[in-house]
Amino acid sequence: MTDESRAEKFLELFNKSRDFMEELLRENERLRRELGELEEQTKEYETRYTEIEQQNNNLASLYVASYQLHSTLDFREVIHAVQEIIRDLVGAKAYSILLLDEKTNLLQSVACDGEDIMPGIEKLSTHMGEGIIGEVARRGETYYLDRDDVNAKPSLQRPLAAVPLKIKDQVIGVIAVYKLFVQKPAFTAVDYELFALLAAHAATAIFSAKLYSQSERKLNTIQSFLDLLTTSS
Amino acid sequence: MSKFLVVEDSPTMRQMIAFSLKRLNANIIEAVDGLDALRKLSGEEKIDLILTDINMPVMDGLKLVSMVRQNASLRDIPIIIITTEGAEEDRERGLALGANAYIAKPIQSSHLIRTISELLP
Repeated sequence: MTDESRAEKFLELFNKSRDFMEELLRENERLRRELGELEEQTKEYETRYTEIEQQNNNLASLYVASYQLHSTLDFREVIHAVQEIIRDLVGAKAYSILLLDEKTNLLQSVACDGEDIMPGIEKLSTHMGEGIIGEVARRGETYYLDRDDVNAKPSLQRPLAAVPLKIKDQVIGVIAVYKLFVQKPAFTAVDYELFALLAAHAATAIFSAKLYSQSERKLNTIQSFLDLLTTSS
Repeated sequence: MSKFLVVEDSPTMRQMIAFSLKRLNANIIEAVDGLDALRKLSGEEKIDLILTDINMPVMDGLKLVSMVRQNASLRDIPIIIITTEGAEEDRERGLALGANAYIAKPIQSSHLIRTISELLP
């Protein structure tokens, strides 16, 4: 083999390996692009998974809250269930449940938590249309303290949130939330859902329990009267 | 099937925890306070995990944790405290008494399941 043909052979080999290298580089670039896309997809799946997890959690909270509210017709137990929802599912440390006396138009606290951090909460009462809570009862619209206002601090007359308890358009009470637990910096999306659920379901549950206890009382009175009649005849 | 003892005086939270644990396919046993939990722990059923609240009537969760840790036949059961007391000093107190994990309410199902998975491989 002459030097010339050897050089040609070498050149041919060099060209082949250069083509091969270029092909490898192209393949490498393609794989890197695919990997990038896959990483992007994985991130999307992770985000979606977290969202679904969150939705599941929210649905569980709403299901449990709804189930508990309608699990009894005993007035005190219904109020207790509302308290548990506000405390354990929303994470409220100080709150009050006020019910409206239709005769006097007075909203009065029937249950609360956080007497130590919000003194006077247990005796909280206000007239329909008076102050934030009274106005919430009059208008039937939920109130939230402006979170963008750094000076906005909750007080007995100015809660973090005030939720009307409504049966259709009739307001039977208000839930006023004053302070959240230290581990709960602000309301979350599910809290607004829980408030909406409480607004309707707590109202019907409380109303039904009141009606039931009234009818029970009447039934007992009639029964006693009948017993009296039977024994005396 | 694993057996979890849920110690909670609030029916809402008992149901919420049971609901969150459904996907783990565990058998959930409920107790309404620490004393009720001790009665159930001394029964024949072997409990794999205790999830307990702190603030409960009759016997609170912290007392339950310390009693379980002092009992030779129960002391190895992992305990998760689930409570509204979310301050750092409360967490430290719970863990110092022997709880394996401390979760502040309101609970996130995914966080609860992750914590359980870490304790029960």
